[in-house]
Amino acid sequence: MLLIEDLQVKLGEREVLRHIDLQINPGETHILFGPNGSGKTSLLMTIMGYPQYRVTAGRIIFKGVDITNLPINERARLGIGMSYQRPPTVNGLKTRQMVQICAGGRDVDVTGMAARMNFTDFLERDINAGFSGGEIKRSELVQLMAQQPDLLLFDEPESGVDLENIALIGHTISRLLQRDFHTDPNKSQLQRKKERTRMGLIITHTGFILDYVTADKGQVLFNGVLSCSNNPTDIFNCIKVMGYEECVKCAI
Amino acid sequence: MRNLTDKAREAKDKKAAIGPDVDLATFTAEPVRHDYVKDLKTLPVLDRDRLIQAGIDTSEDGRAGTYIQMDTAVVHAHAKQEGLEVIPIKEALKKHEWAREHYWKLVSVDADKYTAAAELNLHDGYVIRALPGTKAVWPVQACLYLDKDNISQYVHNLVIAEEGSELHVISGCATSPRLKRGLHVGISEFYVKKNAKLSFTMIHHWAEEVMVRPRSVGIVEEGGLFLNNYICMKPVRSLQMYPTTHLVGRGAVARFYSILVGTPGSEMDVGGRIVLAAEETKAEIIARAITNGGKIINRGDLVGEMAGVKAHLECKGMILNGGIIHAIPELQGKADGVEMSHEAAVGKIAQEEILYLMSRGLSEDEAISTIVRGFLSVDIPGLPTELQQEIDRAVDMTSKEVM
Repeated sequence: MLLIEDLQVKLGEREVLRHIDLQINPGETHILFGPNGSGKTSLLMTIMGYPQYRVTAGRIIFKGVDITNLPINERARLGIGMSYQRPPTVNGLKTRQMVQICAGGRDVDVTGMAARMNFTDFLERDINAGFSGGEIKRSELVQLMAQQPDLLLFDEPESGVDLENIALIGHTISRLLQRDFHTDPNKSQLQRKKERTRMGLIITHTGFILDYVTADKGQVLFNGVLSCSNNPTDIFNCIKVMGYEECVKCAI
Repeated sequence: MRNLTDKAREAKDKKAAIGPDVDLATFTAEPVRHDYVKDLKTLPVLDRDRLIQAGIDTSEDGRAGTYIQMDTAVVHAHAKQEGLEVIPIKEALKKHEWAREHYWKLVSVDADKYTAAAELNLHDGYVIRALPGTKAVWPVQACLYLDKDNISQYVHNLVIAEEGSELHVISGCATSPRLKRGLHVGISEFYVKKNAKLSFTMIHHWAEEVMVRPRSVGIVEEGGLFLNNYICMKPVRSLQMYPTTHLVGRGAVARFYSILVGTPGSEMDVGGRIVLAAEETKAEIIARAITNGGKIINRGDLVGEMAGVKAHLECKGMILNGGIIHAIPELQGKADGVEMSHEAAVGKIAQEEILYLMSRGLSEDEAISTIVRGFLSVDIPGLPTELQQEIDRAVDMTSKEVM
């Protein structure tokens, strides 16, 4: 379980998150909506542990451990993983090596994982060097497939992705979050749902991802405040028609 | 020979154009006796380990021949493959007219006091030659080893790839653990004849109080390819070199790659100059420098003398933990229609990259050494796998030690 209590965060001198309370139970996936600059990426980066996001009050509990002051790599080891929107290029580090790093010493079939994302041609290239928006998203997903985190943070996984690949990305996220549907002779869909453990927090602008990934809750972040919590499709439809400002009034 | 000696005598006090001046008289140039070793496996273990670090494999697996010199004495020289020759230079100059024809033809004996001293005190060196049309399957390995404390070693090497041949050389320099102070002066002349291919990979592995003054010039004829790789990632008091290559035949190509790591107390002044003097010639100089307290001057000079030549220079430096990197890239276009470019950058490790890797589970130290390793790793097209592996191995060791 991820539990965030009264979290307040500053980036430099600017307050970017105010009084955030959020609970994601094992097996749950939440969608995070919000206009540009509302603090969505800040929330993900704070959960991941980026030190420039300074927690000034409140705390973050993951799997019963207070991780508020834990360094980023220890959070990764506890099972938090993130798919970035614009990750940096690391010159000379091949994508294949990066995927192996994500596996943390476990023996993984890098080529096979890349093949599922139509990404084998990129394995011998420097990670993120000259990758298009869509290529970055596929690269991030291959890394998460190797990393197998329990809490997955996705920063706009569909941005910059062409129509051909959007379904591939959507289905992969769904599988990573144990939300894909397939027939299993030994288990009912209900049983599979009950056994789901993976947690997800997905930022989306376009809502396209909702066509492929089911979610339990939607959250709207507005001016650094979590302002609304509801069925994700209801929220998305409300935003589409009324805009964010009207939509968050449901919380007031 | 008479003439060479006279010229050398006249230049014996001539300071080099760049680099701190070395007082040659503070080192001893007296010959040191070392027995010839017929079977490399009988070398003392201690020395063997140092050789391995400089890329020399005493088992000789995957090598086409070996030359080893300790201090002033040749301890081993032989070629395994037909069509290749590995001969100590003193013997070659005595026996072979062709060796004399290539001796001091590219480097001037009176260039400075170091070239002069190398002629006046010659302590051997190697001649490695591929006969016309011979394709070397494996690289030839050569090692110039400093064993006796306070020694000065003066060597002269000739590397000749005759017409249509292919030759790969790995040349390692190393010092024994008991040596504190020393001087190495090495003259090297490279001949890449018509349609020949030569790759020369030099790995330096010196000690904290060693002064190093290599002087080398190469020439590449029509259709020839010269790959020149230089790696120095261990402490050295002072290293100064500025190897030059002349592309004199149509379509000749030269590529220089260098990897430098400057440790505290080290001063490296390493350059590379390629003169494109014929049509359709191409040149590339790629340098990577990291300092964690040392001073590195990284020079590069491309001279385009004919229309249509293509040349690129790339010089990237990273300051990890104090130290100085001074990048001096130069381009000289001397004809209409040359295509020449350079890029130089000096920076630090990006925090963003460290955090990205940490979010995949690496510790901060592991993340930094992964980034350093990536920064130093260059893919060198046309280099045999064994040599790429030697370079990768050296980079791996250093990336870990940098922390």
